[in-house]
Amino acid sequence: MGRDGVRGVESCFRVKDRMHELSIVGSIVDSVTESAAVYRGARVTEVRLRVGALAAVVEDSLQFCYGIATEGTLLEGSKLVIKILPVVMHCGACGADGEIESLQRFSCPHCGEPVMDLRQGRELEIESFEIEEGEIEKEGEVVAP
Amino acid sequence: MTTRIVELRQGILKKNDELARGLRQRFTSAGVLVLNLVSSPGTGKTAFLERTLRDLLVHGSRAAALVGDLETDNDARRLAASGAPARQINTHGICHLEAEMVSKHLEGWDLAGLDYLFIENVGNLVCPSSYDLGEAVRVALLSVTEGEDKPLKYPTLFNSADAAVITKIDLAEPCEFDREAALKNIRAIRPGIRVFETSAKTGAGMAEWFDYLAELRAARSAVRQSIQVI
Repeated sequence: MGRDGVRGVESCFRVKDRMHELSIVGSIVDSVTESAAVYRGARVTEVRLRVGALAAVVEDSLQFCYGIATEGTLLEGSKLVIKILPVVMHCGACGADGEIESLQRFSCPHCGEPVMDLRQGRELEIESFEIEEGEIEKEGEVVAP
Repeated sequence: MTTRIVELRQGILKKNDELARGLRQRFTSAGVLVLNLVSSPGTGKTAFLERTLRDLLVHGSRAAALVGDLETDNDARRLAASGAPARQINTHGICHLEAEMVSKHLEGWDLAGLDYLFIENVGNLVCPSSYDLGEAVRVALLSVTEGEDKPLKYPTLFNSADAAVITKIDLAEPCEFDREAALKNIRAIRPGIRVFETSAKTGAGMAEWFDYLAELRAARSAVRQSIQVI
């Protein structure tokens, strides 16, 4: 591990006190490892997340810890792709559906009435992951059909 | 070499969410109203809870508390002095409580013998908002010594709250607290939310808070009874 890597680990553990992105990344590694286990010998190359704008996670922090948390796992070296979903509301007053314009004002973009009914924006999920298969045969391992 | 995309569509906090769902069922069937108290460090969650527990006990209610902190059991000792059972959860570096921690610390408690269980979260306005603890009500607290724009800065948490409590209103004047601005900001983030303006020191606003707790309990037991009838 290079100097930057060492510094990265230190920072990651230092920020543990203040952010939960590290434990979120840990959950991602666990879920993907479990699901990828059936593809014996495969390597995870990419993990795609869907994260709502109200999900209370910072994209940079997730990326920051991802490289370190995946080290020595099936996900090592994989890319983390994060799709941020806007907050979508349904207005009880005018019936409109749409994105709220600001996270500082939860009101209908059409009629301006306050809105409580949010239909999107709190997601925190793994959409899919990408694996590379095929090298297994070269190594002479048995592949499950 | 072939590339394959595996669809997962799975909540990242699935494990916590499942545990929280189980806890919520347990709380509902035991008939205990569970509240999750969230704020920045220093807002006065513990003082507000001390006063709440003490007054509830005086009025004959049965209440208990779980309190989360990174280290020390100071808060649990403070809360236990009220006469209510209180337990400390030390997270040792984790910035929020999780359903599993709550579940572990409930061992040996007779939930059916309680009217209220308060969970005081770790002082933090970001991380606790992602973690469901199985609570019925999430309460966001804000003190007059903090900025009136805090709800705007932390919309994720304030938008997820069911009720808001403004604490330390006995200090509003010396702090030049702009009450109107604070209320406007809270309601911009969470339209229609109930707001209680309180002082644990003088007892101001506590009567409204207790009325709200009683209302919540009444609403829940009505639901429970109608379920039993069915």
